[in-house]
Amino acid sequence: MDLRLPPAEPSDAEREAIDAIAGPAPENGFRVAHGNRHSRHLLLPALRAAQRRVGFVSEGALGYACARLDVPPADAYGVASFYALLALEERPADVLHVCTDLACRLQGANVPEGAHPSPCLGLCERAPAALRTIAGEEPREIQLPQNGPPLPQAGADGLRLLRRIAAGIDPESLDAYRAQGGYAALARAVELGADGVIQAVKDSELLGRGGAAFPTGRKWEAVAGQPAQPHYLVCNADESEPGTFKDRVLMENDPFALVEAMTIAAFATGCAHGYVYVRAEYPLAHARLENAFAQARAAGLLGDDVAGTGHAFDLELRIGAGAYVCGEETALFQSIEGYRGEPRNKPPFPVEVGLFGKPTVVNNVETLFNVPEILVDGGAAGTRLFCVSGHVGRPGVYELELGTPLRTLLELAESRPPKAVLLGGAAGSFLRPDQLDLELSFEAARAAGVSLGSGVVLVYDENADLVDPVLRIAEFFRDESCGQCVPCRVGTVRQEEALHRLASGRTNGDELEVLADLEQVMRDASICGLGQTAASAVASAIENLKVWA
Amino acid sequence: MSVELTIDGLTVSVDEGSTILDACRKLEISTPTLCYADTLTPVNVCRVCVVEVEGSRTLVPSCSRKAEPGMAVHTDSPRVRTSRRLVLELLGSSVDLSRADDALRFIADYDAKPERFGADAATVAKPVKVDNELYVRDYSRCILCYKCVEACGEDHQNTFAIAVAGRGFGAHISTELDVELPESACVYCGNCVAVCPTGALVGKTEFDLREAGTWNEAEQEQVDTICPYCGVGCNLTLHVQDGSIVKVTSPDDHDVTRGNLCVKGRFGYEFTQNRPGT
Repeated sequence: MDLRLPPAEPSDAEREAIDAIAGPAPENGFRVAHGNRHSRHLLLPALRAAQRRVGFVSEGALGYACARLDVPPADAYGVASFYALLALEERPADVLHVCTDLACRLQGANVPEGAHPSPCLGLCERAPAALRTIAGEEPREIQLPQNGPPLPQAGADGLRLLRRIAAGIDPESLDAYRAQGGYAALARAVELGADGVIQAVKDSELLGRGGAAFPTGRKWEAVAGQPAQPHYLVCNADESEPGTFKDRVLMENDPFALVEAMTIAAFATGCAHGYVYVRAEYPLAHARLENAFAQARAAGLLGDDVAGTGHAFDLELRIGAGAYVCGEETALFQSIEGYRGEPRNKPPFPVEVGLFGKPTVVNNVETLFNVPEILVDGGAAGTRLFCVSGHVGRPGVYELELGTPLRTLLELAESRPPKAVLLGGAAGSFLRPDQLDLELSFEAARAAGVSLGSGVVLVYDENADLVDPVLRIAEFFRDESCGQCVPCRVGTVRQEEALHRLASGRTNGDELEVLADLEQVMRDASICGLGQTAASAVASAIENLKVWA
Repeated sequence: MSVELTIDGLTVSVDEGSTILDACRKLEISTPTLCYADTLTPVNVCRVCVVEVEGSRTLVPSCSRKAEPGMAVHTDSPRVRTSRRLVLELLGSSVDLSRADDALRFIADYDAKPERFGADAATVAKPVKVDNELYVRDYSRCILCYKCVEACGEDHQNTFAIAVAGRGFGAHISTELDVELPESACVYCGNCVAVCPTGALVGKTEFDLREAGTWNEAEQEQVDTICPYCGVGCNLTLHVQDGSIVKVTSPDDHDVTRGNLCVKGRFGYEFTQNRPGT
């Protein structure tokens, strides 16, 4: 392929930023050498680096990234224009992204002039929240407010996943992690052997905590048995479901546990390379993870010979650029590979054809946090994290035994008497006050026709306007649809239009019928989980809450 | 190796690797498709070909889903009909389908009512792009089937002049930074025009005749010949109206071209019409 590049030249600063990702430019001319033919996966990191340096992706930077990585400019433009946080037009170096999503709008979110509205930033326990991005020689991103309330269950007994965080562990110290029992699980894994680890995870009946609740042990076993090589391990840390922030709390405050858990997963499934794909909106998690990777490497816990076991494994951080859909596992692969985050059709499933077309284990952060606990303590994966926000006195992440009634969680969080509770996030469903005895377990949720999803519990008190969140959820899905398939691309637009007609009272008289049809076509015929659930919460507001009865 | 499955209660056996759509065709079960083409890798994005497979939570795209032994497929269940109808209503309400003959036929077949979303329903309407002498891009007619992107890129031409840009309802076909075609990598092979199912991409001659109201497909004669320019020997089908060539295509099933041509074969016909004295 002979690239035709845009005429604009990059600035020296942009060149330097992109070279830092792509490596030094070859002296014999990059277009002749084609030395980077397999570097497309660096496209998103290169565009991000250019933007962090000068504040936006200029024509010159886009062209230079294409030249260095051998990507056609039209393709790179397609990628750059896909991600909400990449700007293709010049703007100030210092930008404020103000969350206007479900939890923040309950706390009076307000976008000042010059600031950008943002979908959920995953800071719901400290709502209203914002993210400040500052481009320059020393680029920075700052989550605002910088500190949230302390962990609500600090000091409580019986915590597993939150144990070290509740004890106030230093998240930047490997020694501190080891002092709290860290890396005992890896030692146990080596004793058990790969098959033994998989058996233990299967026996624990651990189900994925990202939303789909697939049995983790079965996933691992499927990848371990694949003849195709290499195998990849991916941690899905693109937590973007509105109202969800548990994975952020885990990564920010206990990052070594994720490193250890992924090392164990890699050992069990035969992976030498792992990726942690974290959304761009979590800068503190990026820093804490990079630090943890570096310390683990220095201590021989990542690298060619992990802890003297003879197994090679290393980790790489990949950062998104503002796209909810990239939390869908196949869209996440596309994003890592340097493409638009457009989900792939399944089958084939990632355990057979995943990242770079190879067998891939994809696990959510919380799912992986369960693994060391299972190996050390044995037994079942019996707890689950919930992200509580909205009209409650003590918002935050709670760890509860599966099966605990929702009412108990609301009492712990000092909830006001609710008019409705959004369970599972924008892709979840609204519950009525008479449904608070629901047991928070996968089975009970399924029986009730709802989903725990990513563990969102968002409380609306008796004075809350329930039309507002329904319209916001519709807007969210319209914004976040990748645009690939017709049911979701156009369906989310028609859904929002019909809801606005209902909300304004200017109805055509058939909106409820239209919405029911849209729910069916999106659920039945969309490519991915985003489209398939884009009408769930809306439908529950209509059917369960009777918002427009 | 062959695979046996049932479709609408009929048993059919197809080669391993065949799709459900292949099996439907073998049984002569008509299945609507828009983004599918025999010469392109299925992208399964239009979702109009969905069918119901017993045991599957959602409907599946027949164009890309491989037939499996023992699969029980339904192509005319209420769920299938509803989804197909809705897909057509969603497209018909947002895109100008007036020259998309297949889509119009499916809309009638499925009794789809695109107008049901009201007069204020958002559309993809945008100005026609006339920026070169060979073909015109009218993206108000674009259903985003990805065929042109595939034909320009990996499946055929390997030029990569266009891609899908933006996202959601704003997703659209674009050159880099939306530059005009002459500033892009386009080589004017017109293979994108050849695969476009809706008239969003159309030769300039056809565009001009349509604008003038003199395009008359019913009166056109199709003449097969061999391209005179080089030794490859591509088959050409000349579309002739009133003694003049108005369009050139190549048969999809031709084993040399698979429907593709280069700029000379596709657009280099004007010299044949330079008559003495004119």
